[in-house]
Amino acid sequence: MQRLRRTMMFVPGNNPAMMSDAMIYAPDSIMLDLEDSVTMAEKDAARLLVHNALKTIDYGNIEMIVRVNPLSTPYGKKDVEAVVKAGVHVIRMPKTETAEEVQELEAEIEKVEKEIGCLGRTQIMAAIESTKGIINAYAIATASKRMMGIALGAEDYCANLKAQRTPSGDELLLARQTIVVAARAAGIYALDTVYSNLNDMETFRKEVELIKRLGFDGKSIINPRQIEIINEVFTPTEKEIEKAKTIVAAIKEAQAKGSGVIAVNGKMVDKPVVIRAEHTIELALAAGVITKEEL
Amino acid sequence: MELKEAFAGTLESGDIFIQIAPSKNKGVQIDLDSTVKYQFGSQIKKVITETLQGLGIEDAEIKATDKGALDCTIRARVTAAAVRATGKDVWKD
Repeated sequence: MQRLRRTMMFVPGNNPAMMSDAMIYAPDSIMLDLEDSVTMAEKDAARLLVHNALKTIDYGNIEMIVRVNPLSTPYGKKDVEAVVKAGVHVIRMPKTETAEEVQELEAEIEKVEKEIGCLGRTQIMAAIESTKGIINAYAIATASKRMMGIALGAEDYCANLKAQRTPSGDELLLARQTIVVAARAAGIYALDTVYSNLNDMETFRKEVELIKRLGFDGKSIINPRQIEIINEVFTPTEKEIEKAKTIVAAIKEAQAKGSGVIAVNGKMVDKPVVIRAEHTIELALAAGVITKEEL
Repeated sequence: MELKEAFAGTLESGDIFIQIAPSKNKGVQIDLDSTVKYQFGSQIKKVITETLQGLGIEDAEIKATDKGALDCTIRARVTAAAVRATGKDVWKD
């Protein structure tokens, strides 16, 4: 695992106080937004705020992402130039529908990176927010070697689908599973949509549990209060860690003896079980609940 | 550089509101109102002046209303006001 991306916190790009405090809550990624949370009249000022914040504020090990405006707007290319020059880690493309849009963004990034001599530094993630985008999910996920992940944007997707959002999320199941399958096939991260009702943490927790079961790596969030619940759900339990450690140790012992299949506690353990156990250990290591020495 | 009147920023906590106007006098004149003027007044003025000089603006009248902005916010707001006042993307030059 390259890094944890359980929580990607949205921060409006025209709010300096939020931008300077965001790291206190220790999300895995911070996503400064230049798109929907910024009015047309303030796009220029927000771009400069984000540019200066990225260059100056010490966000530590937190991954810094900026959601730019679509390239089809008068703001998109200027956003890309400002944030690449400021050293952003990832550019999040909104409303992505085709692989060509990703490639167009890649060309813009390359142009700026060549100018400042840092070719290949900036990664891309694509938010898929329409039925067409879901249909093209794998093509989008594999459109560029810079692709870090794909994310679902559920509000626009549901509007396009002509469906209502429900607490159970039935209307999103196909989109969510498509995103996870496309991301896994492409070898990149799968990130879920935001949950916007901050007064209903119980339903929020159920949604986080659901997306973990579906295979997502994490979720976009709109408030620091949501971080703790996601971290709890995504951190393996002591029991899960012990089971994983037993499996990994047993398979190592078996391999040393020349065998690929073993039984642990009466259950057959083969390669897929080992892969899942290794993933559990990686998550536990990354979350800091176990150390390498303990292994 | 030719300027017209412009402004950028807000009066929210952690931000600074910058108004810029052409000046008949030489240099940058700053009228600063800040919640932290006693502690950081001279630093805020220094950041405003240096930012404008970096953008090639030597003469201007500035009215700054500060609500505890960090230096990077001051630079961003001064630059945004300067871009709007000159009509040019001066931050890239």
